[in-house]
Amino acid sequence: MAHISASVYTSHVPAVGAALDLGKTGEPYWQAVFKGYDFSRQWLKDHKPDVIFLVYNDHANAFSLDIIPTFAIGTAPEFAVADEGWGPRPVPKVIGHPKLAAHIAQSVIQDDFDLTIVNKMDLDHGLTVPLSLMCGQPKAWPCPVIPFAVNVVQYPVPSGRRCYMLGKAIRKAIESYDEPLKVQVWGTGGMSHQLQGPRAGLINKEWDKAFLDRLIAEPEKLAAMPHIDYVREAGSEGIELVMWLIARGAMEDASGGKPPSVRHRFYHVPASNTAVGHLILENS
Amino acid sequence: MSLDKPYLDVPGTTVFDADMSRLGYHLNQFCMSLMKAENRVRFKANERGYLDEWPMSEEQKQAVMARDLNRCIELGGNIYFLAKIGATDGKSYQQMAGSMTGMSEEEYRKMMVGGGRSIEGNRYIGEKK
Repeated sequence: MAHISASVYTSHVPAVGAALDLGKTGEPYWQAVFKGYDFSRQWLKDHKPDVIFLVYNDHANAFSLDIIPTFAIGTAPEFAVADEGWGPRPVPKVIGHPKLAAHIAQSVIQDDFDLTIVNKMDLDHGLTVPLSLMCGQPKAWPCPVIPFAVNVVQYPVPSGRRCYMLGKAIRKAIESYDEPLKVQVWGTGGMSHQLQGPRAGLINKEWDKAFLDRLIAEPEKLAAMPHIDYVREAGSEGIELVMWLIARGAMEDASGGKPPSVRHRFYHVPASNTAVGHLILENS
Repeated sequence: MSLDKPYLDVPGTTVFDADMSRLGYHLNQFCMSLMKAENRVRFKANERGYLDEWPMSEEQKQAVMARDLNRCIELGGNIYFLAKIGATDGKSYQQMAGSMTGMSEEEYRKMMVGGGRSIEGNRYIGEKK
């Protein structure tokens, strides 16, 4: 049977992608960000999964205001890289895993989460920047990826509790898949940042660090935090952090198993407008 | 019964909810059209003419031409959509975000390198700093 070996959490700041693509990684400003991922790139090579289930949000690229799905699972064999207005990032296309994705969709919908199934969508920096941070600049990504897009652009976004419960349902779905696949679940976005209005540039280090502590130690309690706390304390775009709770809910302890071990933790301010947070948790 | 909007007292912040989205639908869809290279060229060549192809309000068109992102947001724009205008102008997210704060580009960049805008005094409208 398939199983979830680990979860990875990371910000997906677009400027990080631009820094990589434009060869700026040697600059001290960016060195301070990338050094937090040195361990992670080696760890991913040593613990290569068969599939990555990647939770992210689209930033008005695949989805305009015509259709706004709360949860959308990508079931295609492959996905193109989006042109967000600056031209597509020069990174490999993303190979999907249609069979596992369809299995997860069927299981999770029967568990009362009404996913939107997407057979065609381009992927933006929300998904490609985490892959770049964890894999560097390979010719092809190391394994198939199932894109899972969450609406965090138009309020109300799904609640933390809903995301955490969805994570549990995704775990149940993956564990009922017949092939012996090793799957990682990644949660991306955040941490504190605000990109709009006179309050743009907001960063709240204490809040971010407490979020990381609680995500590790008491995720279920953290999942009860209302939206307004994210908006007020971590900025209007800090609300992306609800997506981390999907990955956290997919870990063993959320379904009665043992707590995960913390393999890596990193926090840095700033990358462009944003606080960068990163965690790797392994199931026992 | 009206909906509960607990986020209206957050200073300097417009939450893009269903009401704002309705107000900004055509403005944001215009922005989406700039994802195509040929549309970017047409827009740059004749901004007014291009905007007149969209059923946007006059205020929205003026705000776009003035690149007044705060006004665009007040009129229903969302930053991820408005970013397409920035991309057309060759601006980064940092330049766009900074332009809404009343700071110069250099001042904003320095603030971010120094740890960003503090949360203290920035939680509630009218709060004492």
